[in-house]
Amino acid sequence: MKFSPFRGGVHPDGYKELSAHQAIEKLPLPDRLYVPLRQHAGSEALAIVQPGDFVMKGQLIGRAAKGISAPVHAPTSGKVLKVQPFVAAHPSGMDSNTVIIECDGNDTPIATPTNIDPFSLDGKTLSDTIANAGIVGMGGASFPAAVKLSSASRQVVNTVIINGGECEPYLTADDRLMRERPEQIILGARLIRHIVNAENVCIAIEDNKKEAISALRQASSEYRNIQVIVVPTLYPMGSAKQMIQAVTGKEVPAGGRSSDIGVLMHNVATTYAIAQCLSQNEPLVSRIVTVSGGAIKHPKNIEALVGTPIKQLIDFCGGTLEEPSKLLLGGPMMGQLMPSDEVPLIKGAAGVLALNNNEISQPSASPCIRCGRCVSACPMGLVPLEMANHSRQQDFDGAIGFGLKDCILCGSCAFVCPSHIPLVHYFQYAKGEVAYQKATQQRMDHTRQLSESRRARQEKEAAEKAAAKAAAKAAKEAKAAAKRKKQNAASANQ
Amino acid sequence: MNIITISSPHAHDHSSVSRLMFHVCLALVPCTLYGLYSFGFPAINLFVITIVSGIFWEALCLKMLKKPLNFLNDYSALLTSWLLALTLPPWAPWWIGVGGSFIAIVVTKHIYGGVGQNVFNPAMVARVALLISFPVHMTTWPIAGNDPFAISFLDSLAITLGVSPIPDAYTGATALGAIKTGLSVGATANDLVSDHFVFTDALMGKMSGSLGETSALLIFVGGLWLLSMRVISWHIPVSMLLTMSALTLLFHLIDPTLYSMTSFHLLSGGIMLGAFFIATDPVTSPSSKGGQLFFGAGCGVIDFLIRTWGGFPEGIGFAVLFMNALTPLIDLYFRPRIYGRRIDGSPKQYDTVEPAQEGKQT
Ligand code: SF4
Ligand code: SF4
Repeated sequence: MKFSPFRGGVHPDGYKELSAHQAIEKLPLPDRLYVPLRQHAGSEALAIVQPGDFVMKGQLIGRAAKGISAPVHAPTSGKVLKVQPFVAAHPSGMDSNTVIIECDGNDTPIATPTNIDPFSLDGKTLSDTIANAGIVGMGGASFPAAVKLSSASRQVVNTVIINGGECEPYLTADDRLMRERPEQIILGARLIRHIVNAENVCIAIEDNKKEAISALRQASSEYRNIQVIVVPTLYPMGSAKQMIQAVTGKEVPAGGRSSDIGVLMHNVATTYAIAQCLSQNEPLVSRIVTVSGGAIKHPKNIEALVGTPIKQLIDFCGGTLEEPSKLLLGGPMMGQLMPSDEVPLIKGAAGVLALNNNEISQPSASPCIRCGRCVSACPMGLVPLEMANHSRQQDFDGAIGFGLKDCILCGSCAFVCPSHIPLVHYFQYAKGEVAYQKATQQRMDHTRQLSESRRARQEKEAAEKAAAKAAAKAAKEAKAAAKRKKQNAASANQ
Repeated sequence: MNIITISSPHAHDHSSVSRLMFHVCLALVPCTLYGLYSFGFPAINLFVITIVSGIFWEALCLKMLKKPLNFLNDYSALLTSWLLALTLPPWAPWWIGVGGSFIAIVVTKHIYGGVGQNVFNPAMVARVALLISFPVHMTTWPIAGNDPFAISFLDSLAITLGVSPIPDAYTGATALGAIKTGLSVGATANDLVSDHFVFTDALMGKMSGSLGETSALLIFVGGLWLLSMRVISWHIPVSMLLTMSALTLLFHLIDPTLYSMTSFHLLSGGIMLGAFFIATDPVTSPSSKGGQLFFGAGCGVIDFLIRTWGGFPEGIGFAVLFMNALTPLIDLYFRPRIYGRRIDGSPKQYDTVEPAQEGKQT
């Protein structure tokens, strides 16, 4: 296969050595879980439990809403205390409706039907099972996995790419997963291939994860058409578009999907979750997360239940060495700042980072010196300095002209900006404004349509009324005429 | 918990504008020291005056515009006036330095909106404005090779203050100037070059010229260091020097009596300093790599045109300013292609049917 990495990209310090050699440890059951009903892209799931209900491990507690959404399951057995808004890690910064569960400590699973060989089932059934298990992309975007699968199966997919590019600094959760559980990843990859009817599987891993590469090579050796390929370590290699370009040499067309070029991609953690779901009947209720950063005493990779407050994860690592300057969910390049350590772990969070003052960027911006470093760093071929300029002046069309819509918010540009301009902040703001304007426009169009159709209806009604009136008049006249005729006839007879 | 709320990324490569500028200044140290050494006290006076006044103008502007004075920490005023000083005739009087830094910092930079907003390279605007306004002062060159400290500090003050003119015995022409004059009276380029140009001297800087432009070698070393530190990228210097080399070589091959050889052009005048330190000014050069290549080539072509057929022996200032004016256009045309789109912005398309399958079917 032709190899061509992407343009741009940056080389942030890895800090992976902090946790890379730590085997995955399981977090003991916490006392309480705070399970947000919005852990995915799309609409919030709808709670189907009430305070006082007893739930079992794996029981559905939030049903998927209409459109793009994903269901949520109870991570362990226990009693539902409350269903209420609670701090959450969502880009909107808004609280999410959250099911608070008091764990009973027994971890009693809900009864599940006996296993059937998933390879004997058809793709549709399997992807429904995946949808019902609440599996979302676990590399960060949190897009429901089944939506991706079913839209891909409507097109011709030749190659399934399993994304083992864990390019964010500090994060080692996927690395550990690949080293320790390669068989399940291969199983998941084969299942995805089965679902979308593809030929080949490509597992792409960056060259800084030697152990993961050999573990997966070994685990895949007995299966046909599974290839482990090594890609250079470069941020944002883990981003779907860049990884696809690095593996296939092709670019996903703007506004299109990877299946347009015959490719479907899932992250290794998602692939693992798919394997667990289809082979063990487990919905997605836990994940592996790296807890690291300069302020963490003993960085670790932890398998924890969704809904675990991140404070417990940090405590499990021996707590903090100093007051962290920043607490992040995800990696330092694209992760989100957490308002407090009460925020619960969600399906899409691969890391919990407590960074000290030396590790973070200093937020003092100076004027742009047009050095073009952002342009060279952008993996999407955009002109960040101009996008920021136009966004600042509220000229969003101008910003779109320089690539705002194509921006993947990877942060490479801001990472290298010597003026420390918060470029991504501008882009997030501008994207939000554009979306808002679009929504307003749609609403206005909708209102106009409504009023137009009302006017049309009224006009039609008026016309109908007039027509009816005219008809009635005509009928009356005709009647009168007939009467007159009759009378005339009668008088003539007389 | 004391947490600063800003958006991602939360990591940075720890670069900063002040560090970049500071590195450029450091890279200028060798050629500057050499220039000061070879031209003695009057040059030292001029250098100090230009820099001190440049920083003074910067502080004054910041104060008047009510901007924080800590912008001074970004070293940009230091660098601008430093670069200006290096392009001045080494024994120019004090008011050339003060006036030049005024034009550079106040007129070219702050009136256009401050750091990052100026269209033209401040040092080059100042240098060209001075050249046009004071052609005599700006073309009086002390002869290189004199004992640099033959002029005592006291005598140097007289030169710097402009109270006594520079004795004729101390002045001469630059190589570029001498050859231009010589060509105009019918001498051949070959003879002129062999009279006025010794390769090793030019390389080392044993010749007349602007304060910091004489030693091509030391400038080159500083430039290489900047490249290795990734303070500048190779695109502008390489395309500029290659263009100059190609053009001079071509014309020299066509007619060696009229056109001087490449090594002479590369080692004389301001092209080396221009290629590594002036044309690479981030603010006034294009931000995309393609644009930078074009920009550098443009500077090379224009400088060659002026040197060969223009009214001035050296045209690097004009060349850079001309390309500065084109920079917004260049940036527009050399926009990178967006991922997943064609160069015109429409989505990329691939054949959805695999050619191999087509082959099988037929
Ligand atoms: S990296 Fe920063 S300073 Fe340089 S051009 Fe981009 S936005 Fe401007
Ligand atoms: S955040 Fe957007 S503009 Fe910046 S480097 Fe990434 S894709 Fe390019």
